[in-house]
Amino acid sequence: MKKQKKRNKAHSAEGAGRPGGTAPKRHAKASGERMLMMGNEAVAEGAIRAGCRFYFGYPITPQNELTAYMAKHMPEHGRVFIQAESELAAINMVLGAATTGARAMTSSSSPGISLKQEGISYLAGTQLPAVIVNVQRGGPGLGSIDPSQGDYFQATKGGGHGDYHTIVLAPMSVQEMHSFTVEAFRLADKYRIPTLILADGRLGQMMEPITLHNGPPPPMPVKRWALTGAKGRRPNCIRSLLVKEGELESHNYKLQKCYRKIEQREARHEEMHADKCDLLVAAWGTCARIAKGAILAARARGLKVGLYRPITLWPFPARRLAQIASKTKAVLVTEMNCGQMLEDVQIAVAGSTPVFFSGYPGGRVPGESDIFQAICKIAKKIKNMPKHQR
Amino acid sequence: MKRHKHIIYSRPRALTRKPMHYCEGCGHSLVHKLLAEVMDELHIRNKTIGVAPVGCAVFAYFYLKCDISEAPHGRTPAVATGIKRALPDHIVFSYQGDGDLAAIGMAETVHTANRGENITVIFINNTVYGMTGGQMAPTTLVGQQTPTCPTGRKTGTMGGPIRVCEILNTLDNPFYIERVALDSVQGILRTKKALLTAFKAQMDGKGYSFVEILSPCPTFFHLSSRDSLQFVKNELSKHFPVRVFRKEGVKIND
Repeated sequence: MKKQKKRNKAHSAEGAGRPGGTAPKRHAKASGERMLMMGNEAVAEGAIRAGCRFYFGYPITPQNELTAYMAKHMPEHGRVFIQAESELAAINMVLGAATTGARAMTSSSSPGISLKQEGISYLAGTQLPAVIVNVQRGGPGLGSIDPSQGDYFQATKGGGHGDYHTIVLAPMSVQEMHSFTVEAFRLADKYRIPTLILADGRLGQMMEPITLHNGPPPPMPVKRWALTGAKGRRPNCIRSLLVKEGELESHNYKLQKCYRKIEQREARHEEMHADKCDLLVAAWGTCARIAKGAILAARARGLKVGLYRPITLWPFPARRLAQIASKTKAVLVTEMNCGQMLEDVQIAVAGSTPVFFSGYPGGRVPGESDIFQAICKIAKKIKNMPKHQR
Repeated sequence: MKRHKHIIYSRPRALTRKPMHYCEGCGHSLVHKLLAEVMDELHIRNKTIGVAPVGCAVFAYFYLKCDISEAPHGRTPAVATGIKRALPDHIVFSYQGDGDLAAIGMAETVHTANRGENITVIFINNTVYGMTGGQMAPTTLVGQQTPTCPTGRKTGTMGGPIRVCEILNTLDNPFYIERVALDSVQGILRTKKALLTAFKAQMDGKGYSFVEILSPCPTFFHLSSRDSLQFVKNELSKHFPVRVFRKEGVKIND
């Protein structure tokens, strides 16, 4: 019992916001203060306030401000910044730091995130908490440096090899870039799961006034599994190679059990006029924000349009979407890609109502007018259609 | 009446009792034992964290009684970097084969050494990919036959065997670099001494230490255990000279 207590203490000393075991240093900017910040920097500041002790990065546009912010501010807090030799090295440095129970993060943009997928699969397999930020750009290949939502499949369906998921949070403002980062660290530690922030170049580059995270970092759970030296206990081992008969199978069931729990508890979404609308627009991230404006304009014209915006892309908030969608005449999915969340919406709606799509691939950001026109077109089609046509 | 037992030789405390899965005559089991002896002698077992590679030694955690993490293939020094930065007062080593260290992980190997991370890298050079069937490694000798160079390695199209110590020795930051060979009793003793020097350097916070061990793989040398040792002595050591390259941060051999 005594030993146990001692161990807990050792781990809490490892805890968030205590670089090098000293008292937490206050950031120069007071907590709760309103600040004009760029999205990339808001993520970085969120991570620092969430007690991230290790950041490992590699340059790629459009997320370079995040890496530069960390390079400047992490050492000020007595924390570690390394510019790694590649995205592969960066994610594996995160893995190394995470094995010791410390909060660690990396960030990149689409091509770099592809490189990190191997490491993310290992993080998932070994149940290591970590935060990975993807400030998406156009693809495939080097694509462009323009904002895109082309990595939805990669982020929500695992991304790397094997049967796994990561939690995916999709911000749509600089404020959410900041606060979702803090939340990502909480979720990662709570469920021992790599957690992704899926932003895009527009969110990364734009500036908005935000309220900084005010308060302590998310609680640090006791991590008995962490590698801290086998002192007074049996050696710990972080591994994903499970070759004994049935070993990997039962490990996979264990992971799935955790995923079901997350699906039940953590699916989040935002609704706007979603009840009693004829046309439900489903959109996420930047596209949801633009859709909001278009929906308000359509409603001003008397069209009954609402918004369903998944905040967690995995777990996908399907249950509520199914409920609402079945009461509408149609659903319009709009994304900055060729139809990726579309598939999750179709699965959730399960044929209860027609699903239309309007996409903007290749780094094009739609204007409010684009989505407004798409809404009007479908509104015309469904005008005389009765509800519940099943 | 108390009997005095004088123990001359016993199993190192840092070694588990699990029978090793390595083939007869393999160098890994020997290096594991030396590593355990070094941890015992320096009293560092309970503050040592190892990083096991992808390769024959991936199961090192079954045999060594210290905390160990696996690493993706080649990323071993990056994982070790993350651990060491998080726990600077702990002892961190990576244990890597020639494929892991000099092929897929060459970038991590060079950059970790270049940053002078205060870790110890143990490099088992047996010139083949032992775990996957003895394929050609970056260190396979010219003319050596493997399943992926069935008529022997040819420098014209496959390149020559890479000398890693020599490459790392061109960098400014490494503190200690030595190549040893498990080819004889003297070789084994010298290997242990090299490991001791490397770990001591790390304990003193001196920086990056690198020990390359020329090691027998009888199974894929297609030789007996005894002949494998001769092969290490006569063939491997010819291309990979056994010597100290850098001591106390000073280049003493090229």
